[in-house]
Amino acid sequence: MMQGFNARGAWSIYVRELMRALRTAFQSILSPVLTTSLYFVVFGTVIGGRMEPVDGVAYGAFIIPGLLMLTLLGETTSNSSFGIYMPRFTGTIYELLSAPVGVAETLIGFVGAAATKGLILAAIILGTATFFVDYEIAHPLAAAGYIMLVAASFSLFGFILGIWADSFEKLGIIPLLFLTPLTFLGGTFYSIEELPGVWSTIAYANPIAFLVSGLRWTFYGTSDVSIWVSLGMTLGFLALCVGIITFIFKTGWRLRE
Amino acid sequence: MSDPILSIEGLSKVYAGGTKALDNVDLDIRKGEIFALLGPNGAGKTTLIGAVCGLVRPTSGTITAFGHNLASDWRAARARIGLVPQELSTDMFETVWRAVSYSRGLFGLSPDKARIEEILRSLSLWEKKDAQIRELSGGMKRRVLIAKALAHEPDLLFLDEPTAGVDVELRKGMWEQIGALRERGTTVILTTHYIEEAELMADRVGIIRKGQILMVDDKASMMQHMGSTEAVFTLAQPLGAVPDALDRFCLTIGEGGTSLIYRGGTGAQDVEGDGNAEVAALTKALIASGVDFIGIDIHDSSLEDIFVGLVAETQGDDA
Repeated sequence: MMQGFNARGAWSIYVRELMRALRTAFQSILSPVLTTSLYFVVFGTVIGGRMEPVDGVAYGAFIIPGLLMLTLLGETTSNSSFGIYMPRFTGTIYELLSAPVGVAETLIGFVGAAATKGLILAAIILGTATFFVDYEIAHPLAAAGYIMLVAASFSLFGFILGIWADSFEKLGIIPLLFLTPLTFLGGTFYSIEELPGVWSTIAYANPIAFLVSGLRWTFYGTSDVSIWVSLGMTLGFLALCVGIITFIFKTGWRLRE
Repeated sequence: MSDPILSIEGLSKVYAGGTKALDNVDLDIRKGEIFALLGPNGAGKTTLIGAVCGLVRPTSGTITAFGHNLASDWRAARARIGLVPQELSTDMFETVWRAVSYSRGLFGLSPDKARIEEILRSLSLWEKKDAQIRELSGGMKRRVLIAKALAHEPDLLFLDEPTAGVDVELRKGMWEQIGALRERGTTVILTTHYIEEAELMADRVGIIRKGQILMVDDKASMMQHMGSTEAVFTLAQPLGAVPDALDRFCLTIGEGGTSLIYRGGTGAQDVEGDGNAEVAALTKALIASGVDFIGIDIHDSSLEDIFVGLVAETQGDDA
């Protein structure tokens, strides 16, 4: 008799979500890799060759953490939000709601699969970057851990987005209108410290600047803000998302009538 | 009588807009029975199913399934309940095999190829196991939903309008499958618009209207208590009034006096003193009285007549 955690239920959701990503491999894997590769070609090789090193790091290598973050945030958020939005949209959510799966199994399934896909993408992008730019990772374990943390956090965020959205338009608004611009302005292509006067202060109001800075520290040992501040911000965001999702499941908001 | 496997007490549901979909519903379901829930559109049938299956949050009341309170011990309860929804809701790009296997895993059961093969064969889906669901006909898609609901071998299965939009032949096939479920010992609760379906399949019938259960009874008992027989005698010569010799029968004169209408009895032919026996007696009495007739049309009331009458009666009460 089922009483506790439904591990098989969580695994079933996880596998199905990963299979869905593979089913749409061109859109979900090849497309972001191609886009990021173009950034490496244009900003890393063509323009980067004429730029001065930033904080002692060649410009082509300097932009790798930012571009990685750009892809990671967009893809984990989109994949996770789409993963839970589609069952709501098509009505197949009934099966999930009537099954003996709770918040833990659902999150492991949907968020775990989205985060895994994000990690696979990150690995492919880092591999692709070696064709265009020379770089070495100063703290590889920290980098892997930080990428996992960000992937999990934004997969959770995407899950919330997928439950909040009641149209495909709303599903796309947050990644397109907020995440991408904030990542661009969050020090992907420049060091925030180099911004003149008040702009530097304004830039720190952008939470994604802390994420980019944190990942850059794991790569090159230099960052605009302390790694501990970045880590604290990321963990805080993760905790906030977990809290919101727990509330959603407890109240059934937008899930159960 | 065995203990109920599903017990609903004082269940109410008021939606955010103020619509009261369920109003203090009490209902017990017995092990192994087929229970048909009948009601007009918007009566609360789907809300009731949703409340038991975890799709709807009840406003008040308690639901106990297999001894487990659904509010506190929902995992154990849900593991034994299956649902076939009214809408054809499934991932159209999945293959039949993967969709059914996924459902089994979702309910915490280990993969069992033999069991899934048995389910697919029993629903005539085996040949389509590798086909994407979007490639299947509407009837097959509905059977896929049934296969998904059976994948975890539920003891209690909800079928929400299982034959809606299904052609006559396929509907009969679906009835056979429901019968097979009963043979297997699965308790089935079905909602339907086809009262003929309830009449054919159900052991017990519940009638719901405006969120309230109007009546729950064994089908035979309901027919006996609420059924009747109607016989229309087409007369050779019009009558102005019912002859005195026929006073003991429940008779009325039809329009223009050209027919004599009997309405009475139980409508159940296997009950002593039922309407059909009275019609036989009436026929003899007509002949003895010299009332000539040229045709007889006898009709036992169906569950549909009872349902329509009951719902119309309560609508009258509301007015």
